[in-house]
Amino acid sequence: MSEEIYKSSISDLHKLISTKKISCAEVVRSYLDRIDSLAKRINAFLFIQEEEAIKSADAIDKKIKDGEKPEYLEGIPIAIKSNINTKDVETNCASKILAGFKPPFDATAVERLKNAGMIPLGKTNMDEFAMGSSNEHSAFGAVSNPWDTDRAPGGSSGGSAAAVSAGMSPAALGSDTAGSVRQPAAFCGITGIKPTYGRVSRYGLVAFGSSFDQIGPMTRTAEDMAHIMSVMSGHDPHDSTSSEQPVDDYRKTLEDSVKGRCIGIPKEYFTEGLSEEVRNAVEAAVDFYKKNGCEVVEISLPHTDYGIACYYILAQAEASSNLARYDGIRYGYREEGELPLKRLYSVTRDKGFGEEVKRRIMLGTYVLSAGYYEAYYKKAQKVRTLIRKDFEDAFEKVDFVIAPTTPSTAFKIGEKLEDPLQMYLSDVYTANVNMSGIPAVSIPVGFDKNSLPIGMQIMGRWFDEGGILNLAHIFQKNTDHHKKFPDL
Amino acid sequence: MAEDKKIDLDTVRHIAALAHLELTPEEEEKYTKQLEEILRYMDKLNELDTDGVEPAYHTIDLKNVIRPDASTGQGLSREDALRNAPLHNGELFKVPKIIKSEE
Repeated sequence: MSEEIYKSSISDLHKLISTKKISCAEVVRSYLDRIDSLAKRINAFLFIQEEEAIKSADAIDKKIKDGEKPEYLEGIPIAIKSNINTKDVETNCASKILAGFKPPFDATAVERLKNAGMIPLGKTNMDEFAMGSSNEHSAFGAVSNPWDTDRAPGGSSGGSAAAVSAGMSPAALGSDTAGSVRQPAAFCGITGIKPTYGRVSRYGLVAFGSSFDQIGPMTRTAEDMAHIMSVMSGHDPHDSTSSEQPVDDYRKTLEDSVKGRCIGIPKEYFTEGLSEEVRNAVEAAVDFYKKNGCEVVEISLPHTDYGIACYYILAQAEASSNLARYDGIRYGYREEGELPLKRLYSVTRDKGFGEEVKRRIMLGTYVLSAGYYEAYYKKAQKVRTLIRKDFEDAFEKVDFVIAPTTPSTAFKIGEKLEDPLQMYLSDVYTANVNMSGIPAVSIPVGFDKNSLPIGMQIMGRWFDEGGILNLAHIFQKNTDHHKKFPDL
Repeated sequence: MAEDKKIDLDTVRHIAALAHLELTPEEEEKYTKQLEEILRYMDKLNELDTDGVEPAYHTIDLKNVIRPDASTGQGLSREDALRNAPLHNGELFKVPKIIKSEE
């Protein structure tokens, strides 16, 4: 059994730990060994916290030995994306410009998980500053998809997705600005959520598109997700955009009957460009809900097609402003030599940022610059209102919206690298969720003929994380797509 | 049927200067081509009539958050603030001189 530990879900591990069948130290060791054995082939981690992890595990083991009952998440390892601050542990956003940066504080999300007893294993690889959909835009090398190492794991949380998929950690944190949790979750066959904007504190998440960004967990099951979301969510005085709305206990509604729920299927997500195999798998999953008493209706989200254009204007505008702080003075990389101040900034930034980040800073600066602001930025903000209204109208009629997470399964490494617009279009089904702020969870619903996972997303009303996790859990209780493991 | 270019080399140089990026000539050329293609795609938004539509700044109802204008006591120590800096003298960040001394 012990060599199979790494295939466990959090609920499996909790059972083993609380019945003293296994120690937390053994759990942590099993994952660290797995990380080590796959480091070269997958490249999921940028930094491992071996010593601290073992130390934290030993401390919990001692408490258990002394007769204390472990809480659900106590002793459970978690991997953390490299754009989420962890005190004294290198957090470089997979960028040369932040190489060596050790934050002086923990992100609120990390602090809450640590307080619940979770054990950070290390920092995961990602697209630089979370800008990308394939994890190829990392200053520290691409990540491979555990289901086919010639393929991309998706991005930008590609390291986190690959880590959970290959059993290097039972859970990971990612961040999602236009699909960066859900798209890699779909490509790697795991469960990933983008919470409602404001549900999880962004304090300590390195800012990219501040009105879009949310931290989201990635797990093997919706049940595990409910446990993590329940302790991680909620208002934080350090983030003025975090919501004061009380947090539901997502664990309590997991088993609710889905009978009578109304599911909307947006016709704009099932047009040409969607692979036949993805369509069939999603339709089969929708049939499952029908058989379980859900009402399924076709709906329209008429502005779907404008999402990518709108998103890439607004988020890059926000990014160009957020990334202005990297100047080589207070942290990170600084160009050597005696340069005058302005050149020190601009040479440091040219050498410190990678190609995609610079492209986006250029795009964002352009759309905010005099003469173009109205035509691009203001226009896109108005279209954002229309996209949000699409969802408001839909949720008058239905409780949930279900669609594919991605138009195809994982693409090959290198396939879209030289064509930025094609890469941007891979967020076509995910970006509008961030545009409107609603929550969505991606779950595996099948495999294509190449044995690559297929993902489906369940979108819900603002702050209805409980509802979408309930739907996801009921599906997973009756299917085994999420239990499949890549052959490595 | 040659359409007007949206972006040329001079604009790319201007934008790069605004963004404090000293691009190489190869980068300037590459970005000119790629930004042209991306901005052309963005034109899609002009298909929509947005007269009278309010711009969205945020997606959930946010209100301004204020607190008393007093220290929260949670600032960084000087040591913590400096320790990630590539150049400092133990008390201050070091930057190139920007004021000329008078002759």
